[in-house]
Amino acid sequence: MTQIKFNIKGLNIWFGSIYALRQISMDILANEILSVIGPSNSGKTTFLRMLNRLNDLSQNFRMNGTVMLMGRDIRGIDAELLRKRVGMVFALPLVLPLSIFDNTAYGLRMHGIKNMKILKNKIEESLREAHLWEEVKDRLDEEAFKLSGGQQQRLCIARTLAVEPEVILFDEPCSGLDPISTAKVEDTMVKLKQKYTVVLVTNNVKQAARVGDRTAFFLNGELIELDTTDKIFTVPKDKRTDDYIRGKFG
Amino acid sequence: MRKLKEFIIEKLILICGLASIFFVVLIFLFLLKEGLAVFKTVSPFKFLFSRSWYPISEPPQLGILPLILGSLLITAGAAIISIPIGIGCAIYIAEIAPLKVKEVLKAGIELLAAIPSVVLGFIGMVTLVPLVRTMFHLPTGLTALSGSIMLAFMAMPTIVSIAEDALYSVPKTYKEGAFALGATHWQMIWRVMLPAASGGMLAAIMLGIGRVIGETMAVMMITGNAAVIPNSILIPVRTLTATIAAEMGEAVTGSEHYFALFAIGIVLFIISFAINVTADILLHKRQ
Repeated sequence: MTQIKFNIKGLNIWFGSIYALRQISMDILANEILSVIGPSNSGKTTFLRMLNRLNDLSQNFRMNGTVMLMGRDIRGIDAELLRKRVGMVFALPLVLPLSIFDNTAYGLRMHGIKNMKILKNKIEESLREAHLWEEVKDRLDEEAFKLSGGQQQRLCIARTLAVEPEVILFDEPCSGLDPISTAKVEDTMVKLKQKYTVVLVTNNVKQAARVGDRTAFFLNGELIELDTTDKIFTVPKDKRTDDYIRGKFG
Repeated sequence: MRKLKEFIIEKLILICGLASIFFVVLIFLFLLKEGLAVFKTVSPFKFLFSRSWYPISEPPQLGILPLILGSLLITAGAAIISIPIGIGCAIYIAEIAPLKVKEVLKAGIELLAAIPSVVLGFIGMVTLVPLVRTMFHLPTGLTALSGSIMLAFMAMPTIVSIAEDALYSVPKTYKEGAFALGATHWQMIWRVMLPAASGGMLAAIMLGIGRVIGETMAVMMITGNAAVIPNSILIPVRTLTATIAAEMGEAVTGSEHYFALFAIGIVLFIISFAINVTADILLHKRQ
């Protein structure tokens, strides 16, 4: 029996008068990659940002329903603590004007870790997990801006891994990357699921097919279909899912 | 016909544009012509660094060091008071205040900016000056400290509104990135917002200071106007601006005293110009 990481029941989200997510109920399993696909404005990013409560920052945000992380309502967990447990990687690599080392150490230092030995170990470990270590181990003191787009994105993944999350949310992580860099980031994601739970929002349907264990299809704020990636891409139950993955709209 | 109309309008606009530059150049040239005349009798070094300002004694002693120090002292005092409060206020408005409080605060700050300086000076004279006198047991409350406090009020609106602008223009993605790593609100402000907005914040401070250095009316009313080298913030001082305002009416046109006041104008001009250019560079470096 696989462990349930997130349990979502009757989730509704509004931003002002916009009804962004409608009656979403689903589970996210531990150590799976869940791909979330759908056209723009389908609510998939709102869904992702619900999981680490980043929506709380928006004005006019309202919700009802429950989101449980390991059986606890996430609204009962400190936002900082939740976001440490549920890390996030954004669409554009958010590299800071610091060295590679300091970029990776950023989150750790923020959580009060100052011991250089611990930092060094943790950073090597995270960079290895993000499959970047071999490429940067001799130049950790260089400016992170010198890295390529794909390397920068993997650096951001390493920074997120360094604070030891359980879940990693990816918000269209490859939208700005070339095919080779994309392949490397995808490769990294697949390896990450041994230790972490991965939720991937992507506009690239093929990417969902390549890396996802299960795939959820969102349309106009509704969860249309959620099944194993194989089934979604071979025998979808809903015609709209079929149309979308065949590229008929969106 | 239409072409002619276009032509005339274009040229009219051109003339408007040139006129403003023309006037600035004219004012500057006039200032230079009148001001530099003083250096026929006093060396620039002596003018800037000798310690006594007795313009109507015979021969006149024209050392503006006490005035420069007076201006700097009051400006430094005002900066020490207004920068922390102004920056704090900007952070509160940009990041912490709920929408409604934010609107009230912003309106309040604009109102503060709208009070004429002579009114502030007048209010300072009847409220702040007696307070300073009794608080520190001084013979007079017309001191550098009173001037600094009053000027801090004047610098604050500039600092707050420009600093708030700078904070507001920090990309949202930076904030979210910090939050997504588990930053607390304060960690996000301290480690992300402030470094990212530092250029604009410095510009805000510079422009605030520029306002203080150029201010005349309020300082003249409440600093006591004694042209001595200040050795404490609790004694009367006199600033560059107040000197010009107070003495220009009595100076005989074409006298050394008259030229010296213009030279003070040049010194002020250079100081304000330097501050504005620095602020401008800082503002543009950000973009």
